Amino acid sequence: MNDLLPAYERPVLVRHARGAMNKFSRAASMQPATELDGVPYDRLLEAYGSPLFAFSERTLVQTYRQLEDAFATRWPRVRIAWSYKTNYLDGICRLLHQQGAWAEVVSGFEYDKAVRNGVPESRIHFNGPAKSEADLDKAFRGDAIVHLDHFDELALAERVARRLGVRPGVALRLNLATDGVPAWTRFGFNLESGEALSAVRRLIAGDVLQLVGLHCHIGTFIPEVGPYQQAARKLALFANLLRADHGITVDFLDLGGGFASHNTLKAQYLPGTEASPTFARYAEAIVDGLEALDVDPLERPTLVLETGRALVDDAGHLVTTVVANKRLPDGRRALVLDAGVNSLFTAFWYKHDVVPTAPVHGIPEPTILYGPLCMNIDCMRDTLQFPPMSPGEHLVFHHVGAYNVTQWMQFITYRPAVCLVGQDGQHALLRRRETLDDVAGCEELPAWIG
Amino acid sequence: MAVTGLNATDNPGPGVGVVRALRASPEFDGRIVALAYDALEPGLYARDLVDDAYLVPYPSQGTEALLARLEHVHATVGLDVVIPTLDAELPAFIALQDRLAALGIATFLPTAAQLEVRSKARLVALAAQGGLPVPASRVVNDPAELYAIHQHVPYPLWVKGAYYGAERAWTPDEAVTAWHKVVATWGLPVIVQAHVEGEEIDVNAVGDGRGGLVGAVPMAKTLLTDKGKGWAGIAIQDRQALALAARFAEVTRWRGPFELELVRDRSGGYHLLEVNPRFPAWCFLTAGAGMNLPWAVACLARGAPLPDLSTYTVGTMFVRIALDQITTLDTFRALATEGEWHTTQETP
Amino acid sequence: MDDRQQLRDLALNDKGFVFDPLTGATFSTNPTGLQILRFLQEGADRSAILAGLQARFDVRGDDLTRDLDEFVSTLRRQGLVGQDFGL
Repeated sequence: MNDLLPAYERPVLVRHARGAMNKFSRAASMQPATELDGVPYDRLLEAYGSPLFAFSERTLVQTYRQLEDAFATRWPRVRIAWSYKTNYLDGICRLLHQQGAWAEVVSGFEYDKAVRNGVPESRIHFNGPAKSEADLDKAFRGDAIVHLDHFDELALAERVARRLGVRPGVALRLNLATDGVPAWTRFGFNLESGEALSAVRRLIAGDVLQLVGLHCHIGTFIPEVGPYQQAARKLALFANLLRADHGITVDFLDLGGGFASHNTLKAQYLPGTEASPTFARYAEAIVDGLEALDVDPLERPTLVLETGRALVDDAGHLVTTVVANKRLPDGRRALVLDAGVNSLFTAFWYKHDVVPTAPVHGIPEPTILYGPLCMNIDCMRDTLQFPPMSPGEHLVFHHVGAYNVTQWMQFITYRPAVCLVGQDGQHALLRRRETLDDVAGCEELPAWIG
Repeated sequence: MAVTGLNATDNPGPGVGVVRALRASPEFDGRIVALAYDALEPGLYARDLVDDAYLVPYPSQGTEALLARLEHVHATVGLDVVIPTLDAELPAFIALQDRLAALGIATFLPTAAQLEVRSKARLVALAAQGGLPVPASRVVNDPAELYAIHQHVPYPLWVKGAYYGAERAWTPDEAVTAWHKVVATWGLPVIVQAHVEGEEIDVNAVGDGRGGLVGAVPMAKTLLTDKGKGWAGIAIQDRQALALAARFAEVTRWRGPFELELVRDRSGGYHLLEVNPRFPAWCFLTAGAGMNLPWAVACLARGAPLPDLSTYTVGTMFVRIALDQITTLDTFRALATEGEWHTTQETP
Repeated sequence: MDDRQQLRDLALNDKGFVFDPLTGATFSTNPTGLQILRFLQEGADRSAILAGLQARFDVRGDDLTRDLDEFVSTLRRQGLVGQDFGL
C-alpha cells in the first residue's frame, strides 16, 4: 500500500463510437448512494446481510402526506385506501394505517392480514374478481365494502346477504375507455356498452344490496393525467345518471390507482423522475373531471384513492453485493450480483435506477447486471453505462418498494431480509431472511418414500 | 447564445439552421455556443459557425445532470440565451427554465401543458376543440383494434410513434406489423392517421405566448430526399397556411417556435398532420426571406426589441448541400476526452 | 504486421486519448490502461509490466495478472494487436 501513488484501477480501453461517447452521461458523474436517511448502507448490510431490502419510513410518510395534501386541498372528502397487494408487510401497512389509510384488499388472505393489522373491517374495501362465498360471508358480517366485479358475484353476494339477513353496502367496479390507455375490460362492468347500467338495474331489482360507491381503475403505471380526467368525468356522469333516474346517491367515487412512481419503464425514454406527473397534477385532472357531478358542493361524495405503487415504490431500496466481474465475448462487461429477479420482480419491466454505495472512479463502460440465478432470464438491468466495480462492493437499486416484497418468489435461494430505517436513524427488521425450515416446513413426505 | 441539435446529418437537426440565422442578424454580436450530445455531431466542427462547443448529458440522464453541465458552460464562457431545438430535450429545458433564468440564462419556451396538447396522441382532441383540420386519427394501444380500424381511419394509413417514426400500411396485417415495429422502437402510444394525398407545406412560426403570432413563413418543398425530407424549398404566400398557424397559436397560446406540417389536397383542402414544438431544420430560410424567426426568439427570450417581422420575400428558396468539413484530430480529441472545445484553442 | 510496431505507432495522449493511425480508430483509456500501453510500446514483457504497475500505482488486493490478460484481450478484440498476440 502506498497512499502517495495514484489508486490502481482496473485497466479499461473504450472505443469511441457515435452514440456511445458522452463523457457527461450520468454514469460519468454517477453520485453514489452511501446511506439511507443517515444510516450507511454498509451498516445495514453488516446488521442484516446481503442482499437486503431497506425501506425509508421518512420517504413513506412524506409521500403519503404529499398524496393526501394534493387531493385534500382540492376535494372536501378524500380517503386513501392502502393497496395491500403492493406491499403487505405488516410494518409498512401499519405505518400507513397510522397515517389514516384504510385498507384495499383483493383476497381473503389480504383481508385477514388487514384485520390482524387492526384495521376496522368497515374500513376495508374488498376488490378482486374471485371472491369466494366464505370471503363474502366474512366481509358482510364485518361490514366491509365489497366491490362487485361481475354478474356471478352479484348473484352470489345477494344469496350470502339474504342468508345473513343483512343489507350490505356495495360498490360496482366499472371499466371504461380513456384515450391513450388500453382499457382493462376484464375487470368490472363495462360502462360504454350499458353493462354497468344493467348491473345497477339488477342490483335494484334484487333489493338486498345497497349501492354506495362506484369504482374504476384504468390501469397501472400511467405517466399521464389526461386519462384520469376522462375517467373521473365518466364516473361523475354515471353518478349523475344514477341520481336522476334511480334516486341513488353514492357515498364515494373510487378512482383506483395506477399513478406512476419515479421508476422508468423499459419503453420510456425520459427517466421517471422527469416523466412521472406529480400528485398535484393527478389531483388537478381528477378533480377537474369530478366537476361534472351535479350535486351540491356540500354533498360531494368521498373521493377514494388506492394508488399503492406511487405511495411505496420510492421508499424501498434493494442493496446488493457484486459477486463477480465478467467480460463477455462481445466486449461488454457483466457484473454478477447476489440479488436476482426472484427478489426484484420489477426488473422485468423497469429500467431501475441503480448506483454504487461508495464513490466510484474510472471510465464507465457498457455493463449488464446479472443476478445470481442459474437461469438465463436473471437479468437485473439491461446494458447501461456503469463505472468499474469490484467483487464485494455494493450497489443499490432505487424505487423498489412496490410489488417486489409481495411478488418475489422463493426460487433457488432464500428470500432476503427486509429492514426499515426509522425517522430518527433507528433501524430494525421488517422481515428476516428465510431459512431452510421456512421453506421446507410446509413440505410433507409420503409414508412410502420414508 | 447557446443552441442544441447540431446533428447536421442527411436528416438534420435544426441547430445549424438556427445558428446561421442568429449570425445572419446584423444585430448579432457575441459568441455561439454549441451544446451537443455526442462528440461526432457534425455541426460542432463548423468553425465558421460555432465558437465554443460542449458536450451535454443526454435528456435521458435527467435534468439535474443537464443543469450541472449548463452551469459549467455558463461559468466558463457565459450564456445569455439558450435555444433548444430537439423534441426529446424540451421537457428538461422547460423544467429548468426558472432555474436557468435565475442564473441569467434566458429561454423562450412553450409550457409543459402546451407541449402535451400538441403531442401526436392529443392532436385530435386539440383539433376538435380548436377547429384545426387534422386527418382522421386514433390512438391504438392494442394491436387487436387494428382489425377494425377502417371504421375510423381509412386505408392507406400511417402508423406513427409518439416522438418519431411512421410506417405506411395498406392492409390490417401491414398495420399490425407496423404497429409492433413502431412500439419496439418508440414505445406507446401509437397513433394511426389517415394518409392524405397532396402537396406538403410546412409553416415555421413563433407564438408570443398570449395567443398571437410573432411571425410565420410557409414553405413548399421542391426537392425531397429518399426519406421524404425537404432538401430544397421555396417561401410561398399561402394565406390559408398562415391562417392555420395563427389559429394554432391562438388556441394553444403557444409560446416559442413551432412548425406545422400540412398537406393541401387536390381540392384545395388543408390537413394538419403534425405540430413540432421547435424550429424546423430549414428555419434559415426565414432569415433568408427577411423574417428572421430564430433571431426573433433570441430577442423575445431576452426581452429585447424585435426586428422587423412584417414581411418576408415570397419566392426565396433554399437548396441544401452536404459539405465535408476539415477538422483536426486535436479538436476531436478535446471533445472526446474533455467534452469541450473552443475556437480560441486553435493555432492560427 | 508486427504487433510491437503497431503498438509503437499508437498515438497516446496524457489524458488517455488513443489514436490508431493504421485504422483511424480512437479510444479512451484510464491511467492504468495508458501505463500498460506505454510499457508495451517500450517492449516490456509480462513480468516487467506487472512489476511496473505495482511500482506506479497504489495496488490493494487487485488481481493484476487477470486484469492485464483481460486488457490484452481487449487490445486483440479492438484490433490493436494481432489475434495471436500474447504476453
